[in-house]
Amino acid sequence: MDLTLRVWRQPGPTVPGRFVDYPAQDISADASFLEMLDVVNERLSARGEEPIAFSHDCREGICGSCAMMIDGVAHGPVRGAATCQVHMRVFADGSTITVEPWRSAAFPVIKDLVTERSALDRIIQAGGFITAPTGGARDANEILVAKDAAEAAMDAAACIGCGACVAACPNGSASLFTAAKIAHLGALPQGQPERSRRVLRMVAQMDEERFGHCTLFGECQEACPKLISIDVIARMNRDFLRACTSPPASAW
Amino acid sequence: MRPLVFYRSTVGKKIVMAVTGLILIGFVIVHMLDVTLAFRGPDAVNALGRFLHGTADELLWVVRVILLAAVILHIDAAWQLTRIARAARPTGYAERRPQVSTLAARTMRWGGVLLLVFIVFHLLHLTTGTLHPSFQPGDVYANLVTGFRVWPVALFYIAAMVALGLHLYHGAWSSVRTLGLTRPAANPFHRPLAIVIAVAVAVGFALVPLAVLVGWLR
Repeated sequence: MDLTLRVWRQPGPTVPGRFVDYPAQDISADASFLEMLDVVNERLSARGEEPIAFSHDCREGICGSCAMMIDGVAHGPVRGAATCQVHMRVFADGSTITVEPWRSAAFPVIKDLVTERSALDRIIQAGGFITAPTGGARDANEILVAKDAAEAAMDAAACIGCGACVAACPNGSASLFTAAKIAHLGALPQGQPERSRRVLRMVAQMDEERFGHCTLFGECQEACPKLISIDVIARMNRDFLRACTSPPASAW
Repeated sequence: MRPLVFYRSTVGKKIVMAVTGLILIGFVIVHMLDVTLAFRGPDAVNALGRFLHGTADELLWVVRVILLAAVILHIDAAWQLTRIARAARPTGYAERRPQVSTLAARTMRWGGVLLLVFIVFHLLHLTTGTLHPSFQPGDVYANLVTGFRVWPVALFYIAAMVALGLHLYHGAWSSVRTLGLTRPAANPFHRPLAIVIAVAVAVGFALVPLAVLVGWLR
């Protein structure tokens, strides 16, 4: 396949960036999008040019590293797939592909397509955990978990924290991410003791990081490589409302 | 109770928008049913007018205060959230292709501004009569007919009702989800009730100026 890449090049966080066109000729239709970028980068290096910087790690859709906007769609045109799971055969031969980094005030560009996404880590740090005693592992079936609770938690836990929900949201909201993490723990019995505190802290941190609000456009669900449902946002709001209107839990 | 934590957060502001939005949806449904009494003749709609401004006068003011408070809170939350959303993406995309968001969802802000302009005009037109060519206090039917005979005014009303229909198509669905009152659904975008509300309210209202324009109501 012969393609033209229109890629955002930005040497550093404080330097202005611009789009640069690169020919990508003789690309295998079976190459993944990242492999195509590898080929283009090898050719750039051979010519002594700076390769296109992009984040990647597992290349099998589970790490959430490969974040880029491809032709105006987060993770490109394949539904329920991360960029690494998009193959070049889905593009028309001869087409021009626009590649941009995630755009969010909370995700500053480090270089080219690489963004700093530790804002999501700080939301997790604020409450995305359970306070469990350390030591020997408990028996797996010591705490009984209802099947529907396990399913709901598992569906939400599929989130790989890539930030596509933020990138795709017209408001730059991290609601789908935050709500998925809240639902993942809040659906399980182990997550109950800190349920109120968790939603209050994680929502506060989400706002602190300057993410936008949720208008329920639905773009996040469509962009999510794990297709996490916007149902989790309704659940987060209900938890938040309950936490704000009920007296703080007290042991006394 | 944590009122400050609540209103400072984007989730709290959205919940305020949802609650006030539902209050306003309740109002437009009742108001639409009231106004369509015009099709049953001058006596029906004028009798309702006399009831609201006579027997139920105090209740009318209670409702007006609640509606005004709802409108102010709705706009204030929308304004603050819009500013937060703008700040959340200072640099836009060179190319962006919306996948599933509806026209209704994407026009909530400007549609809301249009509705605000409409509400101000509507109050000055048919409540106070300030902008009405021949306002007669108490004669609701005559005011409707003479008011809508001015065709640009009738067209503005109809255009505003299209905007209202779009606003309700998204708002009647999303407010319930924002409040977390929904169960997990196979298709969360499915909204049969919101469609019925949006179409019924927009068509019900728009029929009145349309009927005057084509001469059904005279």
